[in-house]
Amino acid sequence: MVQPIDILKETPSQTAGPYVHIGCTPNVTGIHGIYDTDLGASMKTGPVKGQEIILTGTVYDGMGAALKDAMVEIWQADAAGIYPSAQDPRGPADPNFTGWGRSAGDMQTGAFRFETVKPGRVPFPDGRMQAPHVTFWIVARGINIGLHTRAYFADEPEANAEDPILTRIEHQSRTQTLLAEPDGSGGYRFDIHLQGPNETVFFDI
Amino acid sequence: MSNADKARAGGYIPRDRGWHPAPFHPPYKTSVKRAPQAALLSFPSTLSEETGPVFGHTMLGPLDNDLILNFAAPGEAAIGPRIIVHGRVRDEAGRGVAGALLEVWQANAGGRYRHKKESYLAALDPNFGGCGRVITDTDGRYEFRTVMPGPYPWPNGMNDWRPAHIHFSLFGAGFAQRLITQMYFEGDPLIAHCPIIGSISDPAAVGALVAPLDMARTVPMDARAYKFDITLRGRRQTTFENRPEGL
Repeated sequence: MVQPIDILKETPSQTAGPYVHIGCTPNVTGIHGIYDTDLGASMKTGPVKGQEIILTGTVYDGMGAALKDAMVEIWQADAAGIYPSAQDPRGPADPNFTGWGRSAGDMQTGAFRFETVKPGRVPFPDGRMQAPHVTFWIVARGINIGLHTRAYFADEPEANAEDPILTRIEHQSRTQTLLAEPDGSGGYRFDIHLQGPNETVFFDI
Repeated sequence: MSNADKARAGGYIPRDRGWHPAPFHPPYKTSVKRAPQAALLSFPSTLSEETGPVFGHTMLGPLDNDLILNFAAPGEAAIGPRIIVHGRVRDEAGRGVAGALLEVWQANAGGRYRHKKESYLAALDPNFGGCGRVITDTDGRYEFRTVMPGPYPWPNGMNDWRPAHIHFSLFGAGFAQRLITQMYFEGDPLIAHCPIIGSISDPAAVGALVAPLDMARTVPMDARAYKFDITLRGRRQTTFENRPEGL
């Protein structure tokens, strides 16, 4: 016998279940009076720098049905490519931008919606620049461990062509599943397919 | 902490996905059409995952960690067995995670959730909302007070019942640590029957979700206590670096 490696195991994930909104967006659920506002409902605390955009989409299951009980969170850099986090060593981010949003989705359609800014570019660990992107995290009933993915922007073809992650996807035909498309009114649409022929690329990071 | 110290923190330790539940677990029926079929794309964590939102203690209300009182009318309280749930949030190296936001939600003592889409015939408790939140202290410790939730039936198999459980959502310092899980109670015979828990194959991993009764923290003539420690992913460190996660 050799000595054991002295490291703890991560607490195992479990599904968020159908009532995740009770804990994370209680006001949306109709539970009022405990929290003044739901966390993540607004990503702006004042006038923000950069291009303001609206990011919308829907999560679909393997039968093409919209999830009406998903919770979607996004995390992104500000317009200058700086994260509003103590873990970002590159200096202060836009003080009026939280970088983080949470959407319970529309109770009837499941559509999520974020009012945010288009993020700047962020370096990869080796120094190459990543294309502008928004990190997504999706939980719901039936999802046993939260799913990470990214939305890139279809109108950034040069940056996308040199992105270290987009370029390492083996089946390049799947990179289009990570592109948010301009919706013609200054916003972007990013649909997520959990399973099937148009399955979104999900990450193990 | 100086920027030079930050530069020595490495990427996140990869997740052990054989320890976590299987995404596709047919006995949990909803997972069948909600589990990706393609392999996940692996890459080392970047600034996008090593950073995460910051939550300050100032956002908390005085009753945010007291589910017995935070929805109750003045002078009243939720009905059910009174318990304290406490524990420590640490990383895989055992370092306390300070400033971690925990959000919890649960059914009432009868197994009924306060949610528009819930139709179980057990009654709502007018003095119980079912959500709470707390931020860990400098040592990674947290505690909240609630009533013990009841088991409830769910439309999966013909006669499936969830064990008593409390849902937990956690934020560490980086978005790669984002975690949602469920805490169960020591000795609950429904744990062995549950298809959601059954998505975890390693009995030791199931055990990590079962909180023991903690008589040492129980308050006599007031509330029993359960201890639930939580482990978040850790970052690799370079030699001689020795600092608490997230500080």
